[in-house]
Amino acid sequence: MKHYEVEILDAKTKDKLCFLDKVEPNATIGEIKSMFHKSHPQWYPARQSIRLDPKGKSLKDEDVLQHLPVGTTATFYFRDLGAQISWVTVFLTEYTGPLVIYLMFYFRVPFIYAPKYDFTTSKHWVVHLACMCHSFHYVKRLLETLFVHRFSHGTMPLRNIFKNCTYYWGFAAWMAYYINHPLYTPPSKLYGEQQIRLALILFLFCQIGNFSIHIALRNLRPPGSKTRKIPYPTKNPFTWIFLLVSCPNYTYELGSWLGFTLMTQCLPVAFFTLVGFIQMTVWAKGKHRSYLKEFRDYPPLRSPILPFIL
Amino acid sequence: MASSEEDGTVEEKENNNKKRTKSTLATAWLTFYNIAMTAGWLVLAIAMMRFYVQKGTHKGLYRSIARTLKFFQTFALVEVGHCAIGIVRTSVIVTGVQVCSRIFMVWFITNSIRQIQNEESVILFLVVWTVTEVTRYSYYTFKLLNHLPYFIKWARYNFFIVLYPLGVAGELLTIYAALPFVRRSGMYSMRLPNKYNVSFDYYYCLIVVMLSYIPLFPQLYFHMLRQRRKVLHGEVIVEKDD
Repeated sequence: MKHYEVEILDAKTKDKLCFLDKVEPNATIGEIKSMFHKSHPQWYPARQSIRLDPKGKSLKDEDVLQHLPVGTTATFYFRDLGAQISWVTVFLTEYTGPLVIYLMFYFRVPFIYAPKYDFTTSKHWVVHLACMCHSFHYVKRLLETLFVHRFSHGTMPLRNIFKNCTYYWGFAAWMAYYINHPLYTPPSKLYGEQQIRLALILFLFCQIGNFSIHIALRNLRPPGSKTRKIPYPTKNPFTWIFLLVSCPNYTYELGSWLGFTLMTQCLPVAFFTLVGFIQMTVWAKGKHRSYLKEFRDYPPLRSPILPFIL
Repeated sequence: MASSEEDGTVEEKENNNKKRTKSTLATAWLTFYNIAMTAGWLVLAIAMMRFYVQKGTHKGLYRSIARTLKFFQTFALVEVGHCAIGIVRTSVIVTGVQVCSRIFMVWFITNSIRQIQNEESVILFLVVWTVTEVTRYSYYTFKLLNHLPYFIKWARYNFFIVLYPLGVAGELLTIYAALPFVRRSGMYSMRLPNKYNVSFDYYYCLIVVMLSYIPLFPQLYFHMLRQRRKVLHGEVIVEKDD
């Protein structure tokens, strides 16, 4: 069996960082990363980006050495991705924050509102309903992170956790402050009850929908694998939206927050919904584009996030 | 086959022609735009000098040039569009932040808080802005006409070293002077209870704006310093990768 020699150069300075001889032809990039890690212990595999070209795309961990366009002496370029943190850790942190923060405002913990309101409860039943919905939403997200989602990437850059937590925790505090405020104004007497009821139905419908999509996406992928397949409608009616939309999880998420906005009639919530919608649209368009690129037979009727519109 | 090959090259030529007409159109528009803005800010500079020479005081100077200032500074919003459609190679965000901060000063501070219009700090930032903009727009104009005198390039990449901090000082002092009037009048503010369940305090917003200068100003300043080193001294700067 012919062995390969692998040299790893810095993508920016082109310095020779590592030389590996007697590498098996069927070694994967992942294994090469582990070997590189031994000689440079500060660069654990998750923060290594190995490419064939200094400015090219990162090679995948599953790529096999002998299937790459390299000679028996392979030259790879290395880029440090920076400190990494696991997706699970990020999700758990960014979702626990809003759960706890909202409850602090709901129970009117001291130093938020005027002292005479400390530990009092709102007299409006919609405020209690909103707290249940908000808490349910984030508990659902935490449980999905632990038991449902199958992540393509193990890690993301460390700085993302600060950015993400600022976003989620900041908005949660901003919304919770007004909804649980002693001077909160619930939807007006005239149509208020119907508005709240409609909002609750919309919210619950979309929560179930979002969960159904997460389950459907999980079932597309066998445990421990990173395969990508086209998602299709299943027996669950909530997944039939796949006929019209590539990322229905985002569609349902938008619906949930529209419901919550309607329920609380609170401008900061509307703002949060809008910002979230913009971000999810960007993600959905990207996902839709990669589906189209990867699969020739991708259903043409589907839109990224809103049926026929967006 | 033969005809489709022909079609291919015809299409390519058409595309190249489209690209060329688009870039001549873009160059023509940008040249016109930069000449117009240079002229506009020169008019402002002359009007300010005339007022001071004639009246001997800066009181009432802002009122006299307010309309021209509002017109030309607001029109600069199109520069964000230029970056967005790609006819100017600058980051949309950097341009956006700079234009928005100007719009904010003009419309939400000086225009709406009359009591501070005669402050010296207003004159300070007006003078700084005028010198900066005349230099900047004439730099772009000459660059587009391929006829850039060295002293304009020198001015563009050296004046800012002094003007930028001075301008920031003028702006911050003006906002600071405006604070008591904002608090007293409660302008642009909304209190609870209201049916949108939101509140906004312009006074605290202004304090946050003032604090935001602390992280933002050094970034913009060092960006300009880096540009200066690249343009004037031909230094090759290795940017930090993301």
